Amino acid sequence: MNDLGASFATAFRLLLSLDPDLLQIVGLSLYVSVSAVAIASFLGMPFGALVAMTRFPGRGALVIVLNAFMGLPPVVAGLFVYLMLSRAGPLGDWGLLFTPSAMIAAQTLLVLPIVAALTHQTIGDLHIEYDEYLRSLRMGRVSSVLTLLWEGRYSLFTAALAGFGRAIAEVGAVMIVGGNINHVTRVMTTSIALETMKGNLALALGLGVVLLAIVALVNALAFELQRWTRQWQGA
Amino acid sequence: MDPAVAGRVTSVLPLKLSGVGLTIGQHTLLKDIHHTFTGSSISVVMGHNGAGKTLLLKICHGLIPPTAGRLQWHRPARAKRPCVQAMVFQRPVLLRRSVEQNIRHVLKAGRIAKSETGRAVQQALAMSRLTDMASRPARQLSGGEQQRVALARAWAARPEVLILDEPCTYLDPAATLEVEQIITAFYDAGTKIIMATHDIAQARRLAGEIILMHQGKIAECAGGHEFFGGPCSDQARAFLEGRLWTRGNSI
Repeated sequence: MNDLGASFATAFRLLLSLDPDLLQIVGLSLYVSVSAVAIASFLGMPFGALVAMTRFPGRGALVIVLNAFMGLPPVVAGLFVYLMLSRAGPLGDWGLLFTPSAMIAAQTLLVLPIVAALTHQTIGDLHIEYDEYLRSLRMGRVSSVLTLLWEGRYSLFTAALAGFGRAIAEVGAVMIVGGNINHVTRVMTTSIALETMKGNLALALGLGVVLLAIVALVNALAFELQRWTRQWQGA
Repeated sequence: MDPAVAGRVTSVLPLKLSGVGLTIGQHTLLKDIHHTFTGSSISVVMGHNGAGKTLLLKICHGLIPPTAGRLQWHRPARAKRPCVQAMVFQRPVLLRRSVEQNIRHVLKAGRIAKSETGRAVQQALAMSRLTDMASRPARQLSGGEQQRVALARAWAARPEVLILDEPCTYLDPAATLEVEQIITAFYDAGTKIIMATHDIAQARRLAGEIILMHQGKIAECAGGHEFFGGPCSDQARAFLEGRLWTRGNSI
């Protein structure tokens, strides 16, 4: 129990001291995960919407695959990106392994199925409601997708937050493709893993508390932003 | 009269339905519909629930392809103006946006020139008396106001034909009156109206032509005066007297 008390004290000290090393780690964590969520949303939301709004052979199988990949283990995603980016891999010439870009790629792969599957769900419901209206306007496919994505903006925002939660909390993928290199690819979760292995349990738990606080702060900001826009635009 | 629609020739009409039918699976929902909609009057489609009113309107609007017969507009819609018809549904389908944004969305779909958008929005708001509510979230308005937003949207698209599917079903008398005034304004501006209702009083107020549907067929088609003056068919007499007509027997 001493460790627990000590860890909170450590967490406070870390936060109050604004330790430059810690700030760098937090900054990189946010940079990698926010970028991954942005890319995954940009690709996954139109894709999920399109799957929800069109009928084609194999659609059911695709939806099952999407849902199954929501549970993709981070180490598997990391391993896949590692194989792609390693010297011997097809994209080895890009020299991206053990860089933040590789970490973004791995987390994008993790977040993409979550965002796409949740978008598919949301837009599917909206499509039932608006299908006749959109067809009545003789709207094209692209405009219809954009219209429904905007109609579902609040739910989709929550989908993106779910993706962010997944990305910021995972350790397996960034560890494999980033390598936890100090000042280069070290993020919150890989530091926690490292400090735990070194036996610095209080520091590790302190970092964990900081991570939780940051995630809570991001969610609180998102919640307020959502409430504020809802008030102005109505839903 | 709206100068934008004044003097326009409603050249997509007449709309001719020849032997139109709709069968889904084992069920024949519409059968052998022959009718010509001309531009000169408000056509009111009447009948009990399940008579096929909504399906007939949706076929006319192109939302459902008929499984038999054909549908022939006098002139096919021009590619430049895809929205020659607009449809207003029984329950207004409004976007989760402001009243004004709802109208703008239709204008964007109708590919109306950007320079005209502002004026078209203001006109649509004014004619439906929604100017004060332009920035309110559309889905938080009352039922009557929501239906007026749907009509304002249709007005902004400047359709040549307006199809209304029981627009007043969920409205109280005051809101119904407001909707009817807007429908009349459409008609005065030269828009062809095809409207379904089972409100006999409303049909009496608006109809130039009545089409009575019964079990997927047209039971009677007559001018408003003739229909209410003395209908020919047994079904029409039963309908007007409020009797139920099932399988050839009236109860």
